[in-house]
Formats: sequence, C-alpha cells, structure tokens
Amino acid sequence: MCLAIPGKIISIQEGEPMDRTGKVDFGGIVKEVHLGYVPEARIGDYVNIHAGFAIAVLQEAEAVEILQIYADMNKYSGMRDGLQC
Amino acid sequence: MDYSAKYRDAAAIKQVIHAIRSLSTRKWPIMEICGGQTHALLKYGIDELLADAVELIHGPGCPVCVTPLEMIDKAILIAAQPDVIFCSFGDMLRVPGSAQDLLAVKAAGQDIRIVYSPMDALNIAQKNPDKRVVFFAVGFETTVPAIAMTVYRAVRENIRNFSVLVSHVLVPPAMQALLSAPDCRIRGFLAAGHVCAVMGFHEYIPIAQKFNIPIVVTGFEPLDLVQGIYLCIKQLEEGRFGVENQYARSVTEQGNIPAQSLMSQLFAPVDRKWRGIGVIPASGLQLKPQYSSWDAEKLFTLENMQVNEPEICISGLVLQGLKKPPQCPAFAQQCTPEHPLGATMVSAEGACAAYYHYRTNQSVPLSDKAHV
Amino acid sequence: MQSENPAAACGACPIPIEDYPHIVMAHGGGGELSRQLLDKMFKPTFANPLLANEHDGAVIPRPGGKLAFTTDSYVIQPLFFPGGDIGKLAVYGTVNDLAMCGAKPQYISLAFILQEGLPMQTLWNVVNSIRVAAQETGVQIVTGDTKVVEKCGESGLFINTSGIGIIEHNLTIGPAAVQTGDVIILSGDIGRHGMAVMALREGLEFESQISSDCAPLHDIVKHILAAGINVHCMRDLTRGGLASALVEISSSARKQIDIAEDAIPVREDVRAACELLGLDPLYVANEGRFILFVPQSETVKCLEICHAHPQGHDALVIGRVSDTTQAVVIAGNAIGGQRVIRMFSGEQLPRIC
Repeated sequence: MCLAIPGKIISIQEGEPMDRTGKVDFGGIVKEVHLGYVPEARIGDYVNIHAGFAIAVLQEAEAVEILQIYADMNKYSGMRDGLQC
Repeated sequence: MDYSAKYRDAAAIKQVIHAIRSLSTRKWPIMEICGGQTHALLKYGIDELLADAVELIHGPGCPVCVTPLEMIDKAILIAAQPDVIFCSFGDMLRVPGSAQDLLAVKAAGQDIRIVYSPMDALNIAQKNPDKRVVFFAVGFETTVPAIAMTVYRAVRENIRNFSVLVSHVLVPPAMQALLSAPDCRIRGFLAAGHVCAVMGFHEYIPIAQKFNIPIVVTGFEPLDLVQGIYLCIKQLEEGRFGVENQYARSVTEQGNIPAQSLMSQLFAPVDRKWRGIGVIPASGLQLKPQYSSWDAEKLFTLENMQVNEPEICISGLVLQGLKKPPQCPAFAQQCTPEHPLGATMVSAEGACAAYYHYRTNQSVPLSDKAHV
Repeated sequence: MQSENPAAACGACPIPIEDYPHIVMAHGGGGELSRQLLDKMFKPTFANPLLANEHDGAVIPRPGGKLAFTTDSYVIQPLFFPGGDIGKLAVYGTVNDLAMCGAKPQYISLAFILQEGLPMQTLWNVVNSIRVAAQETGVQIVTGDTKVVEKCGESGLFINTSGIGIIEHNLTIGPAAVQTGDVIILSGDIGRHGMAVMALREGLEFESQISSDCAPLHDIVKHILAAGINVHCMRDLTRGGLASALVEISSSARKQIDIAEDAIPVREDVRAACELLGLDPLYVANEGRFILFVPQSETVKCLEICHAHPQGHDALVIGRVSDTTQAVVIAGNAIGGQRVIRMFSGEQLPRIC
C-alpha cells in the first residue's frame, strides 16, 4: 500500500498555499510534485512523495526509540551464543 | 537512492535481526498491515531470516486487493462508455472483475490510461473537453489527500468533465474488525508508515489499549521493517501494549493537518465492502453530497449495483491472516498472476503474488513454469 | 524528439515532401507510389550489389559451415527516444540475436508496416538511422517489403527484420551447453532502455538524463570468441530484463542459477525511476546488455576482454550455475535473505499503491 518515495526539493513555484508545486530530485530524476500539503517545506528539504503529492517533510533526527534500539542491542547481543545472522 | 541507503545497510539490518532473535522467546504472530511492507519483507527474505522469532501475518493493506468486485465491475462499465477516458493507477488494470479486467476493456479499443497522479487525470480532462474523464480513486488514507486535492481543483475551476470513482478505505476500522474476530491470532501490529504520515498515530492509541496489543508505526525500507519488528517484540516480551513510532522521520502523532482538513472537507465516512472480507462499518470514505457532480458512481448511476464474489478462492482468509497463500489448493496451480482467481494474486502487493514471486520453500514445480 | 535524431542530418528526404508529406495507402499498394518509395528512398539508401539485383528475393553466396537465422519485430512507442530510435533497434536487435548465437551478422531483411498518415520525414529519419546502424554493424540489407495499413489512432510504423549470420567456430552455444559451476557474467548496468522510454510515457513523465543503452553486441562477442573463450551460453537482455533471461536459461538448461542481487549494477537514476513507479529493475528492458555463461576457469580472461571493450567496460560476475535438480533462479542479498526470481506475467505496470 502506498508507495511513497523520498526526494529533495530543488525548486518551488510559490502561489496560494494549496497550489504550491515544486521540482523534486529523486536520485537524478526530477519530477514536478504538489507541495500543497507541506506549507513548511523549503528548497533542500526531503519530502515523501505519494502519487505526485508531498505528504511529509522528512526529519533528520532519529526517534528516541530508535536510538534506544541500539542501546538495547548491546544488552541483547551475545546473550545466546551460536546464533548466526 | 542516496537518502535511503542508510536504511538498506546490510550490517545494520543484520545487527537488528540478531537482536530480534536474541530477544524473542517464542514465535510471535505479528501482522504487517501494509502490502508494501509485505512485499519488502518477502523481497529481502526477512520473514525467513526471522522465522524462529516471528510469524509475519500479511494484512489487508493493499487497496488493489481489497477493492470489492462490484467496484471493479463498475469501473469496467464506465470505461466501456464510448465518450469516456478512464484513468487509473497501473496495477488496478489487471484486477479481475466478474467477467473481465480493465486491460481487456483497453484491448477492445476503449481509452484507458495509466497515470502516476490523479492530477494527471485532471489535466487529461482539461485537454479533452469533449470526453468524460473518470479517475479510479482507490487507496488508503495515504492516497486520499491526492484525490481530495484533485477534486478540490476540479470543483474550484469548475471542470465538469472530470469525476472520480471512489473506493477509499481506512485502516483503523479494519484493524478493529480483525481484532474483534473470534479466531484472531494477531498479537502485534506494524502500522503502515505512510498512512500514518497523513493521519498521525493518535487513532491507534485507543486500539492498543482496548485490545492489549502493541502497535508500531513502521517504515518501508528493510532497516525500518526489522526495527519495527524489534520494537513490537520487545513490547510483547515485556508485556507492554502501546503505540510506538519507528518511522519518526516521516510520521508525527498528529500527522499532516492540511491534508486531513481537505480530506474531511470533501469526504465523509461510509460503510465499505472489502473484497474477501465483507462490509466493515465506517471503513471507507465517499465524496460528500455537495460534490456529487464529480462522483462517478452518481453520474453513471451505478450506486445500487451489487456483485457477489466467487467462492473458490480463499483470499479473504489470506487477507485476514487466517491462511497463508500456499495453504490454498489453487495457489500456483489454477491461480497464478497470469490467471488470478482472487485479488491477492493480482496486485504486485498482494500476499499471494508476493509468495508466488519471491518464495523458495513452496512445493511448486518451478521447472514446469517455463515460458516461451 | 526528432530533431535530436542523428539520422536527421543525413540529407533531405529524396521524396520531395511537398509531393507526399504523409504516407498514403498507395505507398504500400504495389503501384507507382510503392515503386517510388523503393527506388528513391530504400534502394539508394541501402545500396549493395545483392539489393541491386531487383529480384523477388536476395540470392546470396553459400558459405561453408553453419548459419544462424533469426527474426524480430519492432513496435516501440515512441519511435524516437533518448539514445536511439526504432530504426537503430531494428538493426541492433537482430544483429544482437545473431551475435548471441555466436554468429557474425551478414545479411538483414527489412520489412515495414506503415500507418497511413505517417509523416514522410519520419520514415526518412528512421530509414537513415537504419542505414547508419547497418554500416556500423557491417550488415547488408538485401531484401525488404513495405505495406501500408489504415490509420488507427496516432500514425506509426512497425519494422520486422530477419538476419543471417555465419558461424566461424566449433562451439555449441546455447542453454543446452550450460554446465554446473558455470560463472554468469553481466556486461554492464541494467534498466536504462526501459526507463528512458518510460520517462516519455504520457502520465508518467519525468525529467532525467537516462538514455537507452541500445548498442550492437556483435563486436564484443567477436572479441570473446576470437580469444578462444569456451562460451557455453549467451543471451541479450531485452523485454523482460535480466530476470526473464535468467529464468529462460535456467528453465531450458534445467539448472539452478544463483545470483547476488546486490552485485547487479543499476544506475542511481534508473533505480530511482524504478522506485518512483514501483518497478523492479531486474525486469526492466535493455537493448545493449547481455549475459555470458563461461567455465569458472575462463572467468578472468573473459572479464579482461569485456573490460577492454566499450560494450563490456563494466562487466562483472553476478552469479553461477549450481548443482541441483530444480530449474530455479534464486537471488541472494547482503543480509542473507533469498528470493525466487520468476518470469513476470505480462507487462510490468507502474504501481502506486
């Protein structure tokens, strides 16, 4: 469900907030997308694109939970010998 | 892709897989709701690498799969009208209706076009004022904002030769329906990251509490998936039942407010039939009455059409996680992607198609599948 | 797009455009206009002694040894795309099929099906592109045909070419010769042709620098065979991509093929385009890539030859033939996971959900 791909905004066509569009670079290919749902998005931001619409501006910071995973892992790794990954 | 590279890093993924196997004391049945996640799990072989630690149950989060038969038949009826240009996302074209699929209608000479975005369909309407252009609006909450914006533009610019055949579905009511079933085996959920990017995850908090079940909002890259599984199993092992957000780079608790507000301006909840499952109360969205001039079901007077599904295929049980695709006697025999009996074999995201394409441990005589 | 076509620079259309700016039914009717097309456009463009015989068929000298014979039809839309056009494909495609048999391509037939209303200039551009491609690959166009069909939607053209090549070695090349332990070499990155064409499809357009990889493979094959490499099988990757070629060979040879998915080179922009549209690059079309099955002992030598040639500069080992009873293709990845590679059913449709 819901293929959404991250891309970087390289230009913005300003207008009414709902009508904003921009060009987004997906690793070397460029597509015009609608930015009406991400009024905070700026050039250089990464956005998640679904069906031609940006649905989220991607945040660089990792969630606390994720950092916690790696802290946990040290606790769990080596608990059972012989496991192959 | 640059951005995604770190979420595909083999060493990091192996580390999390190792941690999951160390942590898990039993084979937990966890459902990934979303078909995109099913595909990634099988494509990377993550389900097999984690076979001791988790039983992944493949959920109904594939709009192509759950769109009811009668909606496909409606699409086919509309597409067969001589003055219609029918626009759709690619893989809806192969979904079998009662008698044929949209590709067959296209082959018969009708104008059916694959588009990337519903806005492309609106552009086609503007370029072809003498045609009626209909877009097949399937999809979960992720896709609704794209349709909402397209209809909003059509209304604002008074584009009268454009309409949408709406078959939108919602995740939380389906989760509640699955959890309320007496034979439910699901002990944890990976919630669909992109649905939550739009809707946030606040809707899931009461579900986790009511059913004592952990729900982890999860992304789509392999590292996302193993992290989501890890967080879910950790809750289960520790006896916690909360909502956690693995996919924080894209998802906030409140979601995308501008998208939600346009969605609720144009759409209202409706009881929706799910292919293979049946009617789930308030599990769909339909256009509000004031937008009926853009509602293809009303324009083509197809509202009362009812079609029953064939009984041969077990896709309903597969969609509910009660059966695995290879448990179906028709799987890879009478039912293949070339001749699908049910929608789960049609969609590239459907659980049956995913098993057919990626799985090794099935007793299918692969060598007899030669194509010329 | 047509202005980018290099063939457009090859002189003016010999049929004055003002006389017939578009193809009409009579251009395929066998009368005066058919004659004019043949005499003014085709014969001077493809001039060679065999074509000059003006016979019902080409009478060609009989070489010693074995011949390879192949045919293919070309229906691509659009006719011109970044990196190539239908004319180039019609020559390269048939040349490549002959090359994959280990043959030296010699003669080609050229049959057009034109749609009424096709601009004469378009035909001329395609014909010139065919001329250039034939010269480049050293094949002679020795016989041909033209038919015109009624217009149906946008006017287009279709091409069929058949080709004859000479086999000048004693190897048996084909799936039946594939051996357990053979190494599989891929000649370079995949998916460029399919995505270059996809970028132009209405409703799916995107901006990119992706050009088709379409290229002739006869010369690199000549070098490989001349070096005495004991080639067991070759297959050019076309529709259906790398995946379909591997599955076909595995199935014909009744052998298991194991590949390392992470080793398969896909350009970043091609991968991005695939992800955007929900397509798997293993199934995307190519027009200038091929795979080789060679004994392990000859891998290094074969790679050296490939690397010295522009069509194999980035060649690499992607897998091997393993010893099992199942005819199956299995792709392994860096995290230790596996998936079965199958034929794709029908066309890969862009998916969004």
